[in-house]
Amino acid sequence: MHNYSVPWKVLVAAMIAASAVVAAQQPAQQTPPPQQKPQSEIGLILTGEAGAQTRLAVPDLLSLSSDRETTEAARTISEVLWDDLNYEREFYMIPRDTYKSIPPAPTIDAVPYERWRELGADGVVIGTVQKVATGIKVELRLYNVRARQSLFGREYTGSAANPRLYAHTMSDELHESQRSLRGVARTKLTFSSDRNKEAVVGTVEKRDVKEVYVADYDGANPRRITINRSLNITPNWSPDGRSIAYTSYRTGVPDIMISNIYAGTMETPTKNAGQNWLPVFSPDGKKIAFTSNRDGNPELYVMNRDGSDVRRLTNNPEIDTSPTFSPAGTQIAFTSGRSGTPQVYVIGIDGAGLRRISQESYADRATWSPAPFNEIAFTARTGPGFDIKIQSIATGETRQITFGEGTNESPAWSPNGRHLSFMSTRAGRSQIFTVDRDGRNLRQITREGNNQTPNWSQ
Amino acid sequence: MRRDAKAVLVLVLLMTVVVAGCKKGGKPPVARPMPPPMVDPSSTTPTPPPGPPRPVSEPVIVPPMPAEDTIGSKSLDDLNRDSPLRPLFFELDSSEVSAAGQQVLQANAAVLKKYPNMQITIEGHCDERGTAEYNLALGERRALAAKNYLVSLGIGADKVKTVSYGKEFPFDAGHNDAAWANNRRAHFVITAK
Repeated sequence: MHNYSVPWKVLVAAMIAASAVVAAQQPAQQTPPPQQKPQSEIGLILTGEAGAQTRLAVPDLLSLSSDRETTEAARTISEVLWDDLNYEREFYMIPRDTYKSIPPAPTIDAVPYERWRELGADGVVIGTVQKVATGIKVELRLYNVRARQSLFGREYTGSAANPRLYAHTMSDELHESQRSLRGVARTKLTFSSDRNKEAVVGTVEKRDVKEVYVADYDGANPRRITINRSLNITPNWSPDGRSIAYTSYRTGVPDIMISNIYAGTMETPTKNAGQNWLPVFSPDGKKIAFTSNRDGNPELYVMNRDGSDVRRLTNNPEIDTSPTFSPAGTQIAFTSGRSGTPQVYVIGIDGAGLRRISQESYADRATWSPAPFNEIAFTARTGPGFDIKIQSIATGETRQITFGEGTNESPAWSPNGRHLSFMSTRAGRSQIFTVDRDGRNLRQITREGNNQTPNWSQ
Repeated sequence: MRRDAKAVLVLVLLMTVVVAGCKKGGKPPVARPMPPPMVDPSSTTPTPPPGPPRPVSEPVIVPPMPAEDTIGSKSLDDLNRDSPLRPLFFELDSSEVSAAGQQVLQANAAVLKKYPNMQITIEGHCDERGTAEYNLALGERRALAAKNYLVSLGIGADKVKTVSYGKEFPFDAGHNDAAWANNRRAHFVITAK
């Protein structure tokens, strides 16, 4: 069912890692679970029967407080946790409506194992939510239904304002503990949108403002991060997830802006040297590659994040643009029109070792996958519109991920390399979608206005 | 003629009555209103008869012809709404100025030479058949190609700015050949005059 089987050695490593994580995090618990001591969880990995995919159920959490907020949080957390776990396809998630009849566990320790066994569940996540002075307290445990034991437990407390965050946190930690997998449940997407329906000022044509937004990986909690009534496009996350660099027309021409979204500050690193666009952070966050016309033609440059030490990477009378760093930061893939059509090339950060990668009629917006997948995803012209393709750097083998439903552009990898976000017009207007690297698990992330040029946080 | 003769007769009769009235009576009039000085007493000859009712009118202002210097009087927005500078269009994936494009630029250059204070921005636009990212560079190349041609015609480079909008602001929202052709353009915006 899934493509990401985990070797035994990785599992052993996961057990050790999990034990470290548990040891580090369990002391924060206010009340340790009475029966399952944290130490006893070490090395307990949930598996399916006879090599089958592990079947997991996430029933509604038990609300230990009767107020509406806590009751709703209990349902939201279980729904979102089910979605988060389903997203990575490591577990077969049993549909929630098939176990509505199973009574909730009266306490977190009293699990009706027989009922879950009848449903064919290998594991079940049971949890409670309780109102406390500071917000809510959430306790979650993964039980092995066959062995009738708790494998993994977490207790969280914090604000009741965003219950989804508890589910996202549990999902990421459960994936880490059970599958040595870095989940994406707490990652975010940034993209450009015209959803606020303002018009650009200072032009006689009617032109819609595009501003930069941030949302959870599943599209929830969208937040606007620019307000300048102009064109703000191609946002790119800094590796620490605290800043977004983007192309802004706030001065009338494209230039690179960096918004520090948690500090509420902005930077303009290029100091108005020519026009500059399509910024991308290096994997260490210290450099920014971008396109500039400062020498009279669109060429590629790299600068330090503060704008110092600008280096020109390309020198060709045709267009050079759309850079992406390799995971090690030593190479840059980009688009050049030097062969007569836009194609993807790779060049060393020192300007050496130029080579062409793509063999398409038109290819642009390469995005280099994180390790261990040494792949480049890009936009390829496949007909009247575009589709997303993925090419292995090692073998050159190319596979197509979308197939002519609307036009599909601007792919961006998730930090674990298992998913891509991209723009598609398949649902009418331009919207952000995500899809797995095998082309499955397509999801529409945005629905309001037109949305484009997504980028996935680390 | 007959009407004139009648008028003269009426006047003569009236004057006879007035003159007769003046000569009659020896008592000085008290608080008698002055007779209207209809007739100059010193004049022995009758005043010429008045003409027909005067026509009341004033000269009609001739509506101005659309003069050549409307540029001086229009606001920048009005000017750009009906611009004297025409756009030029490009082939798919191309930033090459065609022969037709050169003619447009020559006409635009003539306007710019006539109004030496005019400052312009050339916007480069692309159709949706290119990608969002590559189109930013392609639009820049289109705007630059138009600018370079204008400069070759003697227009000062300092008068001409360029900006690329890629495919972000299409002029035609359609998804067909006509819309695409209309959207592949260098568009001229007057920023000062």
